[in-house]
Amino acid sequence: MASHTADPQIEAAHTTLQHHFEDSEQQKDASTVGMWLFLCTEVMFFGGLFLAYFVYRQWYPSAFAAASNNTNLIIGATNTTVLICSSLTMALAVRAAAMGKKNLIVLFLILTLLLGGTFLGVKAYEYHDKWVRHEVPGHNFNCTDEAGKPCTDAGHTPLFFALYFGMTGLHATHMIVGVGIILFLIAQARKGAYSPEWHTPVELFGLYWHFVDIVWIFLFPLLYLIDRSAAPK
Amino acid sequence: MITATPPVQTKKSYLNQTQGLKSWLLTYDHKRIGILYLIGVTFFFALGGMFAVLIRTELATPAGDLVESNTYNKLFTMHGIIMVFLFLIPSIPAVMGNFLIPLMIGAKDVAFPRLNLLSWYIYMIGGCFVLTVLFMGGVDTGWTFYTPFSSSYSNGYVVATGLGIFIAGFSSILTGLNFIVTIHRMRAPGLTWFRLPLFVWAHYATSVIQVLGTPVIAVTLFLLLLERGLHIGFFDPAYGGDPVLFQHMFWFYSHPAVYIMILPSMGVVTEIITTFSSKKPFGYTFIAFSSVAIAVFGFIVWGHHLFVSGQSAYAGMVFSILSYVVAIPSAIKVFNWTATMYKGAVRLTTPMLYALGFIGLFTIGGLTGLFLASLGMDVHLTDTYFVIAHFHYVMVGGAIMGFLGGIHYWWPKIFGKMYNENWSKISAIIVFIGFNLTFFPQFILGYMGMPRRYHAYPPEFQVLNVLSSAGASILGIGYLIPFCYLLWSLKHGPDAPPNPWGATTLEWQTTSPPPTENFEVTPVITQEAYTYSPEEVVHVG
Repeated sequence: MASHTADPQIEAAHTTLQHHFEDSEQQKDASTVGMWLFLCTEVMFFGGLFLAYFVYRQWYPSAFAAASNNTNLIIGATNTTVLICSSLTMALAVRAAAMGKKNLIVLFLILTLLLGGTFLGVKAYEYHDKWVRHEVPGHNFNCTDEAGKPCTDAGHTPLFFALYFGMTGLHATHMIVGVGIILFLIAQARKGAYSPEWHTPVELFGLYWHFVDIVWIFLFPLLYLIDRSAAPK
Repeated sequence: MITATPPVQTKKSYLNQTQGLKSWLLTYDHKRIGILYLIGVTFFFALGGMFAVLIRTELATPAGDLVESNTYNKLFTMHGIIMVFLFLIPSIPAVMGNFLIPLMIGAKDVAFPRLNLLSWYIYMIGGCFVLTVLFMGGVDTGWTFYTPFSSSYSNGYVVATGLGIFIAGFSSILTGLNFIVTIHRMRAPGLTWFRLPLFVWAHYATSVIQVLGTPVIAVTLFLLLLERGLHIGFFDPAYGGDPVLFQHMFWFYSHPAVYIMILPSMGVVTEIITTFSSKKPFGYTFIAFSSVAIAVFGFIVWGHHLFVSGQSAYAGMVFSILSYVVAIPSAIKVFNWTATMYKGAVRLTTPMLYALGFIGLFTIGGLTGLFLASLGMDVHLTDTYFVIAHFHYVMVGGAIMGFLGGIHYWWPKIFGKMYNENWSKISAIIVFIGFNLTFFPQFILGYMGMPRRYHAYPPEFQVLNVLSSAGASILGIGYLIPFCYLLWSLKHGPDAPPNPWGATTLEWQTTSPPPTENFEVTPVITQEAYTYSPEEVVHVG
């Protein structure tokens, strides 16, 4: 611990060892194991939705093919690119933290924030588009193809869209939580809270952000790509 | 075995280190958080018990004369929800696990103390949702929330209740996560895995279930709430959704949840039997790994709740066989406890009475589970009182006997006071008699075909129902007596020595009650947890 400076903020940054740990290595180990375990719980949490998706896709393949044909491929692909880029900037932020480059941490976190915000903005536009096209399950629901004719097996298409909104909605909720945490991290990084010795929050948030990214990497093909061309035109 | 050099009794302990309500409500100390949980779960146990009283009073006569059928539906639903989610799941892990795991592994605290406090607040918020529902008029779906009744037809407050359980579930996840990291990363120097007390092994297995299972009930409730709130139909047959899928997802958590309730209790019983036999537990590794095996097998047997729900006959056969497999690690435990007592110096103290009661009642509960795991029998017994009796033998006869046994065993450590030995023995015997009188007749009622969840029944079932209701009142008294003498002991009980029972595990090597930092010097462990010969005793602090 190099606490020979009078600056209270720098002082705080260096006394990050909590009383119940023997040393900072044990503390970091514990936090890392905790984060990975938390991500395991997240896998199980999303798992329920994936299970429902697989069961219903198996039961109603033509309804799912027709409904997935109604998703907007360009928007989905754009968002996938945006999210992968945000994972890159996040990884760079972690690297900047490990090297102790304060300004770079802030820069890459802001870039991650912007990309995450872009994703959410595009998603909001997409939801609105679904609403206008009567593709939100409920009383107003009406699945039609480009020619305005009812989708194949239209009676079962609400299941696809319920899953679409359930899965992407839960994913977006995780993105929103992530954006909130990035704002916190930016504020902390600007104060110089992270050093090469201690930047666990940045590193562990990186794990979370990559996890949320990976969930989308699964959602994109499942909801937008599979069987798209198999839908009867 | 009391250490050769007992630590000096100091007046300062975690109980009086800081004073005032705020110092409790904002504490990061795992011991204080354990006590906060104790207050919470005791409150909900009493509340859930009141519903049981109303249920048994209604069933004293064949006619549905005390409450209407709708009210009765709400009574058993609230009883189930409160007892399962707000009492049994957090009971032993969040109270005793929280208090004891850091002590048993020689740590100053759990890995994430702030998260630990947060988990208590989350639990209380979840509990407040359920209380609010209670005052608004309750919910009538049964604790299982089966769709489409819960999503489309129920008139109760399904959304608020579901949210409450959803929230309380995260407290369970956080507790489990905290324990796993604590056990992995916070053990004292020299404390290898096979030197851990078996209580810690049981909690490790429990935590794995909490961490991997609870998110699934969370997402299941999330889908149910979306469906009920927005009518978008994940399980709605009108859109081709499948109510049986809901049952699969519900039981994927809720069957392992039974092991969240029983495994910690088994851990408690192992400690008690070892101590009061003054003998190393028979087959340490078998007991340790049987806990893990129960946790693993617990995840692949949920389908035995769906034998009559329309799952395929092939799936039914597989789930039936897998369910029998759970009997193996369970039986290993029962045999090992028995073998531990064999030729031991058995002392029939109060905790030991509860532990012995546990062995008998859990064995009956477990063996009747085999009846229900067999496909043909289950068709006859599904939704009868046989099922009720079976799971109460496991949850009340098992989990609550373990809870009470543990409370009596560690009370001197937790509060530094001894309770009245005569009263506590009498109440342990009353609980045992009352329990059997309440639930044994229900096996016969179920076998004769009395269905569960009805407020009225044919007159020929009355004798057995009156026996059951009479037993319930005895059981109620058995639960009230400890409440009185334990509270009394806090003020008037004699001070407890550091190790009143002659136990060998680490928590007894510090003062009673322990100091805030648990041990004055971090202990170094050189021996197994249970060493009963004098030269092998661990010296601490």
